[in-house]
Amino acid sequence: MRVRRLAAWTALPLAVTLGLVACGSGGDGGSGESDPNAAVRIEIAEPQHLVPTNTNETSGSQVLAALFSPLVDYDEAHKPYEVAAESITSEDNTTWTIKLKDGYTFHNGEQVTADNYVDAWNYGAYAPNGQNSSYFFEKIAGYDDLQGENPKAETLSGLKQVDDLTFTVTLAQPYSEFKSMLGYTAFYPLPEAAFSAPGELAEGFEQAPIGQGPFKMKGTWQHDAKVEVERYDAFPGEQPKVAGVEFRIYQQLTAAYADVLSDNLDVIKTIPTENLSTAGTDLGDRFLQSPASSLHFLAFPTFQEEFSNPDVRKAISMAIDREEITRSIFKDSQQPARAFVSPAVAGYRENTVGAAGEFDPAKAKSLYQAAGGPSKITLSYNGDGGHKDWIDATCNQLKANLGVDCVGSAEPKFADLLTKVKAKQPVGLFRMGWIMDYPSMENYLGPLYSTNGSSNYYGYSNPDFDRLLAEGASAPSEEEAIKKYQEAEDLLAEDLPVVPLRFGQNNFGHSTKVKNVEMDLFDRVNLTKIEAIK
Amino acid sequence: MFRFIVRRLLQMILAFFGTTLIVYALMFAGQGDPIQALAGERPVTAAQRAYLTEKYHLDATGVGGFFYRYFDYISNLLRGDLGESLTGRSIGDILAAAWPVTIRLALIALAVAVIFGVTAGVLAGIRRASIFDNATLLLTLLVLGIPTIVLAPLAQYFLGVKWQVFPPTAGADPDFYALLLPGIVLGSLSLATALRLTRTSVAENLRADYVRTARSKGLPNRRVVSVHVLRNSLIPVITFLGVEVGNLMSGAIITEGVFNIPGVGFNLFRGIRTEDGPLVVGIVSVLVVVYLISNLVVDILYAVLDPRIRYE
Repeated sequence: MRVRRLAAWTALPLAVTLGLVACGSGGDGGSGESDPNAAVRIEIAEPQHLVPTNTNETSGSQVLAALFSPLVDYDEAHKPYEVAAESITSEDNTTWTIKLKDGYTFHNGEQVTADNYVDAWNYGAYAPNGQNSSYFFEKIAGYDDLQGENPKAETLSGLKQVDDLTFTVTLAQPYSEFKSMLGYTAFYPLPEAAFSAPGELAEGFEQAPIGQGPFKMKGTWQHDAKVEVERYDAFPGEQPKVAGVEFRIYQQLTAAYADVLSDNLDVIKTIPTENLSTAGTDLGDRFLQSPASSLHFLAFPTFQEEFSNPDVRKAISMAIDREEITRSIFKDSQQPARAFVSPAVAGYRENTVGAAGEFDPAKAKSLYQAAGGPSKITLSYNGDGGHKDWIDATCNQLKANLGVDCVGSAEPKFADLLTKVKAKQPVGLFRMGWIMDYPSMENYLGPLYSTNGSSNYYGYSNPDFDRLLAEGASAPSEEEAIKKYQEAEDLLAEDLPVVPLRFGQNNFGHSTKVKNVEMDLFDRVNLTKIEAIK
Repeated sequence: MFRFIVRRLLQMILAFFGTTLIVYALMFAGQGDPIQALAGERPVTAAQRAYLTEKYHLDATGVGGFFYRYFDYISNLLRGDLGESLTGRSIGDILAAAWPVTIRLALIALAVAVIFGVTAGVLAGIRRASIFDNATLLLTLLVLGIPTIVLAPLAQYFLGVKWQVFPPTAGADPDFYALLLPGIVLGSLSLATALRLTRTSVAENLRADYVRTARSKGLPNRRVVSVHVLRNSLIPVITFLGVEVGNLMSGAIITEGVFNIPGVGFNLFRGIRTEDGPLVVGIVSVLVVVYLISNLVVDILYAVLDPRIRYE
């Protein structure tokens, strides 16, 4: 789910300036009596896929969250707790034993067994299957043997079935937060009916996926129209409070917003940017906000001479007034960020950037001049994501506060921007966004800043940082892991390879016909909490 | 007439292959990194990249690669296989699901344009410089001046959300009433143009010699207008509407988006946005056929309307 189209709610036209939105934080919107026999209608976009290991965008994972029950979910402190699993334990952080709860059945009647997990994960990890989320299994031993055009093996050597309800996962390297990973879509099991032959997904399975979750499919996936699910009565976990859900597919959020206003749709997960300023008056207390996992930042090409001095980077960070931009451009739909990890994960600390995060134009200017920063700065962004407004505002601040020339430079798409960055072309600072795969500090640090990180496009490399991450991964307990990660984060604050700017928020709304609408950390509507009003 | 139609059909085959070649070439040339475009801002794993590259021959680049992929596409097309979109759905299925609703929408729009545009145009033409004429002039100028991207959300907000006269969105399987508002919005531009065309044409023909002759023969005014004037005045309108059928079907991108109708326009937009070459070419190929056929029908209608026009 990583760095996704953050476009939809990243920018508001400057021109639109209406009153601030009154925002509640809870989920209670209505007061009517709950109707357990009614279905609710939730907005999604057309999912790309509906196979757990192939689904890595929010729309697909929202549908799968209805059909499947995860091994773990997350409590209020963002710590994982068991749901479909009885226990998940490890003594050395390398070999994990997963015991399943008894009594779970797939919607076709099959008992859920350890094999269902092992088969599904093997399928996901096997490269020739081309599954989008296969990288989630890369920590499991034997993953490398399943890669390439003609892989050496067909199954992960690290997955072993012990008995019907128990299996072990051996990781290639110790990883203390493996349990946190297991709440994500990629780790759902698949029934035997999903496979036509071992390792081969049955044709048409995706059109009507069979899961072990609180809802089962009602009919098939009607492309571009809707996906309907209904309550699965044999579900042993917490039963949902509605009879079914219609996931209605929208191409444009503005259309969904119009439908919510007229009670033709119950939940819109993202209020379109153009409506954010009026949502408070349109929806009243049915306009809600909750923290999301996304983090927006400006990255330095540290491999370039002119940005190689940390003081230059700090001066630029100090010259940016984050509050002003979140207020005037984003209408408080996002929050200022002064940390490298999101408040959505355990171990988050409010102000880790320290002095470099304080807005101090005078100090910034003297530091910048002393460090010999470049006289011209370019901010590159993708033009299709509505980033122009805040990039221009940031540029203006840099111009005014550092006395430098600054221009925003738009690439047509994010892919074009990445191509240039990867080729180390001088694009100047460039914008990036990050959405977590699983709630762990490591997920915000490892891929982005470790020397071989998959999304480390800025050439940042710090052996101490890499060492601390490795120590965190093998730490005996979660608490100790977090300590190591926090130390690593402190190193980032010293080097400042990127300037953290804003944390994302879910800005969502609902109709008068539902209540208790909540969003989880993966930007999904919580389907066990939502209630229909009589 | 028969030879004319055969000749035109043969030309159509040529035009069809010509346009698919051009569209395919344009998509090919404009293609950056479709795999990354599909993933948005997420990083793409090497395994996923290798899988899609092999499946869609994305590694065939350059002039040789272009012709390899184009002929591969055409040979599949001739076998009736439109290929798969990058998300793995059969393009034939996508089109089969998208066309019916788009055709319904276009027909409603066309009906709106014909019924209101032509009628009001005739009236305005007969009563030149009357209040009605001036009022329609003003209204049509207004409609022509407002782009659909403004008109559609406005209509949705006022008629759908605020006063709740129509449902605000139509959805995938809408009834006639739900499609009415999008149809009117979509047809309003054609309506305005058709009205202006009819009005000018009628006004001009009213002063023609044959009308004076008809009147001096003592024919009743109704017959003069409905048979003599109207029939001659409709030729430019028919030409316009013929081209408009194609426009209405392909040009509904905005309307279909605003009213959430998963038709052809939406799929075309999605295809372009995600650099989904096969999907775009598939839709455009069918659109080309629509254009060609509607033009043929228009040409044949000429002969019906004006017996002096003969095709050999």
